[in-house]
Amino acid sequence: MAEHLLEVRNLSVDFHTAAGTVSAVRNVTWHLDRGETLAILGESGSGKSVSASTIMNLIDMPPGEITSGEVLFEGRDLLKMTDEQRRELNGCRIAMIFQDPLSHLNPVYTVGWQICEMMTVHDVPADQAKARTLELLRRVGIPNPEAAMDKYPHEFSGGQRQRLMIAMALALKPDILIADEPTTALDVTVQAQVLALLEELQRETGMGLLLITHDLGVVAEIADRVVVMNKGEIVESGDAAEVYLNPKHPYTKRLIDAAPGKGETRDEEDRLGEPLLRVDRLQQHYGGFHALKGASFSIMPGETVAIVGESGSGKSTMARAILRLDEPSGGKVIWKGRDLLKMTPKELFAIRRDIQMVFQDPTQSLNPRMTVYQIISEAWIVHPDILPKARWKDRVAELLVQVGLSPEMAKRYPHQFSGGQRQRIAIARALALEPKLIICDEAVSALDVSIQAQVIELLDGLRRDLGLSYLFIAHDLPVVRDFADRVIVMKSGEIVEEGHVGQIFDAPRMPYTQALLAASLDPDPEVQATRRNARKSEGLVPA
Amino acid sequence: MKRFIGKRAMASAISLVGLIVLVFFLSRLTGDPTDLYLPIDATQEMRDKFRELHGLNDPLIVQFGRYVWDLLHFDFGESIRQARPAMEVVLEGFRWTLTLAVITMTLVTVAAIVIGSLAAFKVGGVFDRITSFFSLIGASAPDFWIAIVGIVIFAVQLRWLPTSGTGTIWHWILPISVLFIRPFGLILQVVRGSMITALSSAYVKTAKAKGVPPRPIIFVHGLRNAMLPVITVIGDQAAGILNGAVVVETIFGFPGIGKLMIDAILQRDFAVILAAIMVSAVAIFIMNLLIDLAYAMLDPRIRY
Repeated sequence: MAEHLLEVRNLSVDFHTAAGTVSAVRNVTWHLDRGETLAILGESGSGKSVSASTIMNLIDMPPGEITSGEVLFEGRDLLKMTDEQRRELNGCRIAMIFQDPLSHLNPVYTVGWQICEMMTVHDVPADQAKARTLELLRRVGIPNPEAAMDKYPHEFSGGQRQRLMIAMALALKPDILIADEPTTALDVTVQAQVLALLEELQRETGMGLLLITHDLGVVAEIADRVVVMNKGEIVESGDAAEVYLNPKHPYTKRLIDAAPGKGETRDEEDRLGEPLLRVDRLQQHYGGFHALKGASFSIMPGETVAIVGESGSGKSTMARAILRLDEPSGGKVIWKGRDLLKMTPKELFAIRRDIQMVFQDPTQSLNPRMTVYQIISEAWIVHPDILPKARWKDRVAELLVQVGLSPEMAKRYPHQFSGGQRQRIAIARALALEPKLIICDEAVSALDVSIQAQVIELLDGLRRDLGLSYLFIAHDLPVVRDFADRVIVMKSGEIVEEGHVGQIFDAPRMPYTQALLAASLDPDPEVQATRRNARKSEGLVPA
Repeated sequence: MKRFIGKRAMASAISLVGLIVLVFFLSRLTGDPTDLYLPIDATQEMRDKFRELHGLNDPLIVQFGRYVWDLLHFDFGESIRQARPAMEVVLEGFRWTLTLAVITMTLVTVAAIVIGSLAAFKVGGVFDRITSFFSLIGASAPDFWIAIVGIVIFAVQLRWLPTSGTGTIWHWILPISVLFIRPFGLILQVVRGSMITALSSAYVKTAKAKGVPPRPIIFVHGLRNAMLPVITVIGDQAAGILNGAVVVETIFGFPGIGKLMIDAILQRDFAVILAAIMVSAVAIFIMNLLIDLAYAMLDPRIRY
């Protein structure tokens, strides 16, 4: 048997917590060769990051314990080495980059210093390290490398920070690069650039790339082989395209089915009459910065309108301005014929119950010290005319059933639920006021794909049953494709393009929309291959 | 930056004026110094003369006006008891206290940071538990008690150290040790807590993945991030000593500003009280400014 560059054999890791012992991974076996890209695919809690942490000696022991297995790097078992021997390999032979580059870079040191440190701890003389840092910054595409050396992490954009992490990781030309969700926090166009950079660098150096991800699209874009993990075990592995086209394990099938963006887009309906909400040249200025530069659109009763755009496009600013959570600088928001922005606080209060909001992170938007019953019924304390107190209990039970939870959960606290369940509670809370319009600000972005699909289905069912309208703010295009009637594309505070979902996805008119679509990743490796070629030949990804 | 310092100085000056007004009138409420300085059988004539001499016959508001007028000419008045300029008396005491504070806080800072950081590296380990135990005792023990026990053991029984006064290096050991204990316990706990947060952060994970050895991880990557809350507490504790380590200075007969202030209040030496308060207020203003500057130096995200 030929020796692999890196081989994990029968690895089992337990974590001993106050609540008992948790098996993070059980009997995990995989290998990585020079020049290839292996993806470990899994949802949160699947244990997909644990083997990488074991390789890098990042598991705190206790509470962690490696109960069995070996990790062979060039035939030598890492787990039998001393801490010092492993430090010599870390960074030098095996390097790692992480999901959130802002928190993974030390905020109080310059990036030049941090990249140099990678080399100086491995005995490269300081002057050589400095020269190499400049070279690396240039290589990963940081503008003005000399000046960038003396800047701090917070002075760069998200994409640039990930480039800095990559520069640091590749400083000593490692044999293996481990990338843990390297593009999850990035915008689609930036994600495409970073993945392209990783691929290029891999071609240059011949390193093995281990990619940990939850995103089938990332797998389709870059991986040669894939290992699918669920609940600490490998359920399936093999050639990336093969696994996607012929999944063998039921979990893999479910995961692939749940991936958004594959179904038919909604039929175009002619909706006549008075719009429910009409936004007219809405503006929001923060000092000299114009976050919204006069955006206009409308939502008809029963319609789902999606606003898509990258960070900084003004899409969340729009939501906050419509609800007057931040007072807009100009324009009109017409709700059923009346301008919300001209209403007195008292009139606005009455209207607010018609427009409810569901936020991105249910962990933060639900009060941890209130029970689900208290969270949902609080709305009726604020608006006492909706429901007599005697009926609260029944209504909470009804709402919980409506969002797919059970009535006895009313007594529990938010931390006793999973992320997806919490978002259902947030939706039940919004429904308590019997709104006409729900504004979802990235409401499914933090959820795993399979959960995401369920929540989208729930929202869609509620739309049909209750005749709700949605303003659905998202950066994730495939989700929008499945869910929306109409799509508004925003960039730098302006609406770039607006149209029916079929038109936007199948025949986008504006170059920006085209670039956005070209950069977004499809879970199907074949579709993705076509997209890549188109992207390369037309140079659609904006720099 | 200059603007920031200017603004800060302005705000502090306003509080200082308020403080002077308050202390001026409050200290007059304690009574008439004449009774304290003249013999009990002094004649009315002598009393009137004494009061005339120190301007105590005029209405309060006139006395205040005169005081402010003198202040504007940098005249802080005379000490009744010592018969020399109040500011001179105060600065002399302040010099002693400043030396005491600088030595004590330097020792405290170095010791608390090193020991607290090491304790945080292995939370729950033997070293961590021992230091936590002693630092908690240190942080909660009353200093007058430690001072008295210290005198009993080291000065009275063992006869290693003098009981009070100044003069030789041996005189400094007991006061510094007593002043050391409480801030040390407190700051050590803050360093430990702050370091635990820093060491479990994502950038420390990156450093480990880079192969950085433990010592630079603690003292280079962790410490600078952990220092911000620590500096606030260091400043607070140093201010406590500068303000007059009243108890310790009194017990050890140490001629610092704390003992001076207590004596001045007991003897209704108004000019000295006011001058002492002004000196400590300015010292604390300067120290707070230094803390703000240290913040900006340590964390590039903070800019004034």
